[in-house]
Formats: sequence, structure tokens, C-alpha cells
Amino acid sequence: MAAPKTRWRARPETSGRVTGWPARRHRLALGTLAVLVAAVVLVPLFARLDQQLVDLPSSGLAPSWAHPFGTDEVGRDVLLRSIYGLRVSLLVGLTAAVAGVLIGGLVGLAAGTAGGGVDRLLMRIVDGFNALPHLLFGIFIVALFSPSAIAVIVSVAVTHWTTAARIVRSEVLSLRGRPFVDAAISGGSSRARIVRRHFLPNLAPHLLLAAVLMIPHAIWHETALSFLGLGLPAHLASLGNMINDGQRSLLAGDWWSSLFPGLLILLPTLAISALAQHLRDRSSPRHRSESAL
Amino acid sequence: MTWVRIVAWRAVMAAPLLLAVTFAMFALAKASPFDPVRQYLGDRAMTTGPEIAARIRANWGLDRPLVEQYVTWLGNLVTGDLGESRSLRLPVTQVIGERLGWTLLVVGCALALMLVIGLVGGTLAAWRRDSWPDRLITGTAFAVEAAPVFWVGLLAIWVFAVKLGWLPAGGLTDAASATVTLPDLLRHLVLPVVVLAFSQSSWLLLFVRESVVGVLREDFVLGARARGLRSRTALVRHALRSALLPFITIMGARVPELVTGAILVEAVFSWPGVAGTTIKAALAVDFPLLAALTLLATVAVVLGNLLADLAYTVADPRVRVLGVG
Repeated sequence: MAAPKTRWRARPETSGRVTGWPARRHRLALGTLAVLVAAVVLVPLFARLDQQLVDLPSSGLAPSWAHPFGTDEVGRDVLLRSIYGLRVSLLVGLTAAVAGVLIGGLVGLAAGTAGGGVDRLLMRIVDGFNALPHLLFGIFIVALFSPSAIAVIVSVAVTHWTTAARIVRSEVLSLRGRPFVDAAISGGSSRARIVRRHFLPNLAPHLLLAAVLMIPHAIWHETALSFLGLGLPAHLASLGNMINDGQRSLLAGDWWSSLFPGLLILLPTLAISALAQHLRDRSSPRHRSESAL
Repeated sequence: MTWVRIVAWRAVMAAPLLLAVTFAMFALAKASPFDPVRQYLGDRAMTTGPEIAARIRANWGLDRPLVEQYVTWLGNLVTGDLGESRSLRLPVTQVIGERLGWTLLVVGCALALMLVIGLVGGTLAAWRRDSWPDRLITGTAFAVEAAPVFWVGLLAIWVFAVKLGWLPAGGLTDAASATVTLPDLLRHLVLPVVVLAFSQSSWLLLFVRESVVGVLREDFVLGARARGLRSRTALVRHALRSALLPFITIMGARVPELVTGAILVEAVFSWPGVAGTTIKAALAVDFPLLAALTLLATVAVVLGNLLADLAYTVADPRVRVLGVG
């Protein structure tokens, strides 16, 4: 380790103290996520959404007490549809993130454990995937395999596993050099046992962080594909579909049916990245103290 | 010469990548349940005999093995023939040729604007760290980073086209005009360029801020300040110069995101470029066009990385003189 950074390096005009906002930010993020998740879980229990409902007399109503988010071009309540849409987006995002981290984790583990030619080949493949514009690849997959939730999940998972693979590989490489692994090897442990008993528990926090960080990406991807008409079936309430519907009535002055679904993409994304930032700072004290300088 | 070596090395690296990507496209198309002959026939599929369908299939070469189809496509590609777009009924090269310029125009302008926003905003935020302008700039950047670009585009249309009526909502020219005139084009260009630049500049801004904050702590900046240089001089002449080096590489690495942004922005603003055409090709499952556009995007990514490497040799005297990275 290098010598600890001394305080005089700090520029005089910075206070060097973590101010209230960053310290409280993760609580706000947790609160936001809790409210959103509660809405997504509880609201469908009390208010059923008829996906096919058309109620033309109350179409295009501006936000009011009866319809806090207004109604869309065929008279559907934007608030209720947004909550159902968020539920779909979160489910698709979560599934895709878990699938992506599983693929990436396996590849990273294989590359890091095997080393040599296998490692080089796998990392070349990772580079190759990184060179592809993700959305374009997703469009390609969804176009050829009819739009559906499964196609969206697959297209997100196969384009987003590379980060997890890199993280796991570098972590395995650093674990390989630790004394307790040497001890396990000289104690006669098999490779499978070392992976199971020593690598996986140490990798778990990194995998969790990678999965959490991937959820906003996956949500973004799902909404973008749906927005382009290449995601979930068009009648289904999903945030991307709703913004796509809102695009049509926007020129008539109806801003609410695209604004609110977009806000529901923005909020969880911001909350999750603030939370991930917090987790990263906590897991690395060096990073925390440096960012406090 | 350093740059010759870099170009050669990049070309060697790019060839297998491009081959893998294009082959994967063909494998996916083969595995897909979609049948282009049925699509071509449409309603006539009911009345067309199987032998005629088989003849079309043979004519298009769809009955041949995957590798053979792929090799034929590669061979045609080398001679500049990308096949015919099934949805537009035009040669793919013509489709791309007509639209590539419009995409390059938007992306080029957006890139320039995004550099300005990112550099100025990021440096200001780093210089006055933890002040209220920093909070404002950084907060906005985080929000923009989290906001989907198509949604930002729609909000911009609502504010500037619907409410204020300052700018047109989309397209290349006014619907009434038959020719493209410069003032008309510029008016239509503003919103797509600003939205694309804005959405892409947030990560750049945060990166520049982080980088400059780090460099401001280095000894040579402290030294410059200690010698009595003004803080602005130390910032611009000393800190910024070395803070920008990693930034060149990261610019090159962000080309995929730029392509993604261009696709969405062109879709929102009905801009007649290649990126927006990708969506039309995908919706129509127009494989020849989609394959060519995917290849084009991958080439753009490879070129981006190459340009970043070349720019590095110019910017970093260590690489320029010693040839080390």
C-alpha cells in the first residue's frame, strides 16, 4: 500500500467533510424504491386494469383529482396503466439482470479459473460484444424472433453480461493469489471445491452489485424497444408502450400520457444508481475517503 | 511511424470481429422462425403453390446451407453489392447512400455540441466543487443520464414545437416544401441535435468532472499554484491538459451509445437517416437491409476506436515520441 494521503493535499477551498446530502441520499433512494415497489405490488390487488378498455368519452383528459395523471387518447387512466407498466418493466428488468449476471458470472469464473488460452478467447468474445451497439443487437434479435417479453429479456441478457464477466474475472484473478487459496490448494482441495467454498462466497457481493446496477439498464432497454414498437405487445401496459402511445397524442397538446410514464422510468433509475453508489462507497473505504477529500 | 502500426493492428483486430458479427447475424436469421418468402407473398401465400414458393426460395438462395449463403453475401459485399432491401424494393447501397449523409450531419453536429457542453460543464463543476453551480450541473447530468433519450425528445417537442411553436416537431423540411433549403433544414436540425447532444453529454460531463477533480489534487497542479499561477491558469493550462487524455479513449469507446442515441433520436424526430431506417427495417424484418445497417454500425464502432487511438498519438507526447501507451 502507498502511504496514506495527507490532508494538506486537499485544496484549501474544500471542506473535506461529507455534507448532509450525499449522506442522506441513499435513504431517499431506498424510500423511493420502497414506495414504487409497494405501489407495484399493492395497487394491482385493489384496482384491476382492463388492458383492452376503451372509454372514448373520457379520452384525453388533463390531470385532475379523478385521474391524477390524466387519461390517454382512448380514455385509459394513465396512473393505473403507469403502475402496471412499471410492474412489467421491473419484472422484465429484474429477470434480464439476473440472467445477464448469471451468464457473465459463469463466463468470468471460467475465464478467471481456467486462465491461459481459455481466458484470452473468452475476453476476446467479451470485447466483441462490447463493440456492438446494444440496442441495435436487441432490435436485431427481437425483429427476427417476434416481439415478446422473452425476446426482450433474452436480447437484454445477451448484450449486458459483459460487465459482470469482467468484474468476476478480475476478482477471481485477485482471489487466486490470496494465501487462503494457497492454503486450500496445498491442503488438497479440488478445483471445484475451491470455486465453491472460496471463490463464490467472495464473489457474491460483486455479483449482487452488478445485478443491481444492471436493472436500470435492463429497464431502459425494455422501454426503448417497446417505444420503438419492437418490445412487448402494443396493447399491454408497459412504460415504453405508453410513451409510444403518448407520442401520437403529443401534438394535440396531451403531455401527460408521455410525461408520467417517463418519470416512472427516471425515478427507479436514479434511486438504483444512488443506492449502487452507496453500496460501492461502503464496500471500498478508500474510495469513500477519497471522494470526501 | 506509430500511427501506421496502430492502423495495422486495429485492422488485424477488427477483421475477426466483423466476421464474427456478420456470421452471427446469419446464424440468427437462420434460427429465426420468420419466413421471408411468406412475407413476400403476403395474401398470395394462400393461392401460391408450394413449387412456386420453393422456386422463389431457390431464387433467393434461401434453400442453400448457412455457410454457403454467408460466403455468397461476403463475396457480394466485397464487390459493393449488399443485396436488395425487401421492404423498400431498392438496392441496399442506394438506401444507405441516400440516408447516411443526414445521419452524419446530425451526429456530427451533436458530437461537437456535446464536447462543448461536457468539457465546459465538467470543468466548471470540478473547479467550483461542492458549490451550488456544481450541485446544479452534476444533478442535472445525473437526471439526464437516467432519462431515456426518446422521452427527453418528446418533452422537447412538447415544449419547443407544441407550446412555444419555435421549432418544427420533426422531419427534414416543412411538409409543404418540395426542395431542401438551408434555413429550413437548420430549423429542423436544432431539436434532434440538441436532444442527442444533451443526452450524450451527461456521462461525458461527469467523466470530465471526476477526471479534473482527480488531477487538481496532483502534485504538479499544486506546484503550479505554489509558483503563484492563478487558479484559472493552473486549471486550464495544467490540470485540464492531462485530465483530457483518458477522455479521448473513452470517447472512442462510447460510439455504441452514440449509435443507440442516434437510432432513438431519428425515430422520435422522423429524421430520414440510416439509424431511423434500422427501425423500419426491423419492423418489416427486412434482413438484407438490417444486416447491412448492423455491419455499418459495427464498422462505426471499430472506426471510433481507431480514431481514438490515433488522436492519442497526437495528444500524448509520451506515445508520440516513445511509441508507448
